[in-house]
Amino acid sequence: MKFYRSHLLIGIDDSSLQAGVKEFETALRNELAKHNLTDEINILETGTLGYFGTGISMLVYPEQVTYVNLKLEYIPEIVSEHFLKGRIVHKYILDKLSSKYDFNYQGRIVLKNSGVIDPENIEEYIGTGGYEAWEKALLEMKPEEIVAEVKASGLRGRGGAGFPAGLKWSFTQPLAAEQKYLVINADEGEPGTFKDRLIMEGDPHKLMEGIMIASYAIGATKAYIYIRGEYKLCISRLRKAIDQAKEYGLLGKNIFESGFDLDVEIKIGAGAYVCGEETALIESMEGNRGTPRSKPPFPGVKGAWQRPTVVNNVETITNVPAIIKNGAEWFKGFGVEGCTGTKVYTIMGDVSMPGLCEVDMGTELRKIINEFGGGMKNNRKFKAALVGGAAGVFLSEKLLDVKMDFNSLNEYAAVLGSGAILVMNEEVDIVEMLWSVIRFFRHESCGKCSPCSNGNEILYKLINNIRNGEGKEKDLDLMLHIAAVMNDTSFCALGESLLLPVKSAIENFREDFLQRMK
Amino acid sequence: MYEKILKKYPPDQENLIYILHEIQDSNPQNFVPEEAITVVSEYLKISAAHIHGVLTFYSMFSTAPRGRNVIRLCESPPCFLKGSEKILRKLRDLLQVKIGETTKDGIFTLELCACLGVCGNAPVMMINEDIYADLTEEKVEKIIAEIKGRA
Repeated sequence: MKFYRSHLLIGIDDSSLQAGVKEFETALRNELAKHNLTDEINILETGTLGYFGTGISMLVYPEQVTYVNLKLEYIPEIVSEHFLKGRIVHKYILDKLSSKYDFNYQGRIVLKNSGVIDPENIEEYIGTGGYEAWEKALLEMKPEEIVAEVKASGLRGRGGAGFPAGLKWSFTQPLAAEQKYLVINADEGEPGTFKDRLIMEGDPHKLMEGIMIASYAIGATKAYIYIRGEYKLCISRLRKAIDQAKEYGLLGKNIFESGFDLDVEIKIGAGAYVCGEETALIESMEGNRGTPRSKPPFPGVKGAWQRPTVVNNVETITNVPAIIKNGAEWFKGFGVEGCTGTKVYTIMGDVSMPGLCEVDMGTELRKIINEFGGGMKNNRKFKAALVGGAAGVFLSEKLLDVKMDFNSLNEYAAVLGSGAILVMNEEVDIVEMLWSVIRFFRHESCGKCSPCSNGNEILYKLINNIRNGEGKEKDLDLMLHIAAVMNDTSFCALGESLLLPVKSAIENFREDFLQRMK
Repeated sequence: MYEKILKKYPPDQENLIYILHEIQDSNPQNFVPEEAITVVSEYLKISAAHIHGVLTFYSMFSTAPRGRNVIRLCESPPCFLKGSEKILRKLRDLLQVKIGETTKDGIFTLELCACLGVCGNAPVMMINEDIYADLTEEKVEKIIAEIKGRA
């Protein structure tokens, strides 16, 4: 292997691609070649570096400085000053906020390699100890031991509901069936959530390794990744990862001569939020309208093509390799009692540094917003945070010290949801935001059951009335009542979801609603 | 004309959505025409009604002709907070169409969509396969002019 004195990691994601990162990279290569630096300085493409709204970003090792908002015209200066003379060009590096943004604080199980390795190169993943857990699982552990280990780790589903992953697997593992399936839910559609996209873009092999271990644990010889059609970069990187894994004998027939076969296939969705519901997702995979099925039977017993099927979220499965490699006790060292491990959050809205972070479960919301979101943008006053996506809760200032884990959030009748944190400043009108949330659900309701489809219609009418200044205070009670009925009687979680945003908006920000009635 | 696409997939119902995606992508007007439904129905041995049901369920499919460039502006809460309504007004003004309509020259169709997962850079829209983020009214004007120039 060649020795380079410096490594430049360029973050490739949707936003940097749009800012022209490819053109930038070519120009940078040319400039380095001009100074005969090609043999000394290595350029690597990696997943996102974790910053948003910073255009093209580049992380330089060994100095560990990050250049942001890069433009073509900066290249000559950066190359001659930094890479030739060794002087960091401070005016282009991440401003003082970055001192607050301490990567070392982050637990980083899931995102450990994101922004560090080349996601399109399996050898780099292997170089970080990748696929060791797969080898250990397959050659040294029995399926039931893996299930037991994951159960002991306390890993809970990261898709929103927080169902214990090991428990889910334990329903399917003992079933004797000709064919079982593992399905990865990568149909990330919760507004404000893009963690799974960044995991898949930044470290697709870690997801692959998790899929392998989980499939073996439950006895599935076929795994599907159901991904939304818009995630082009993820799809291409996952395809590459599957091909490379096959080439290295990590997938396919008789893996490591263990007798175990596994095939992984990508299924592409077509744009329906309800397909995040696991039975709707299965319907869609089979080539039907994505409407939810009646449960029981649960998919773990009768899922895809009526065979036992485990459906897990991307982030959940990406935690599995580290659990198998380091053990359940190690994993329990992260997070809090009853809610172990880390959680990946996406922080956006009126914060200085929209982006993502991976922190211990149970970290306070205030800390996440201030330290990882860079605090409020332009020092505006905090008003509200919509936590958990559209199906989440509107939290006010007095709830900012809430600990972010499934249990603590339940105390506030809230959900952790998918990890989306949308921050709003004092200027934002919660009536407008709730209108936007209801409009979203009204559009995404699949029409199968009437509580959801009619309920959404009524809620939309009521919020429109309030928005137009024609609402009455009793309409607020009616909205709460409708949302509660939907929660009690809807066929699936979509219709149940409205209660939290409606209730929390009206309870925590009643003033905003009354303002419209004067 | 659809044979080339059909041949790529075994005649199983699970391939329906893939086939529809490909038919739509290969159509210059970005939609799945009625005659394609008949052909696919015969190939997969499923009813035309079923295919119609699937087509009208998913927001990425269209059964009516659309422009060469389908603009999908995100209207979900994070983009809404960051001013997607302003962007929508700008797009309507520029294109002189309502939501769901196609410009007279057939270059653009304006649609709204749910979260595209690029919320760190809201507001966001997608034109065909490309994401455009951190939108401002000026930026939108430039993007539209550029695509028009290419047409």
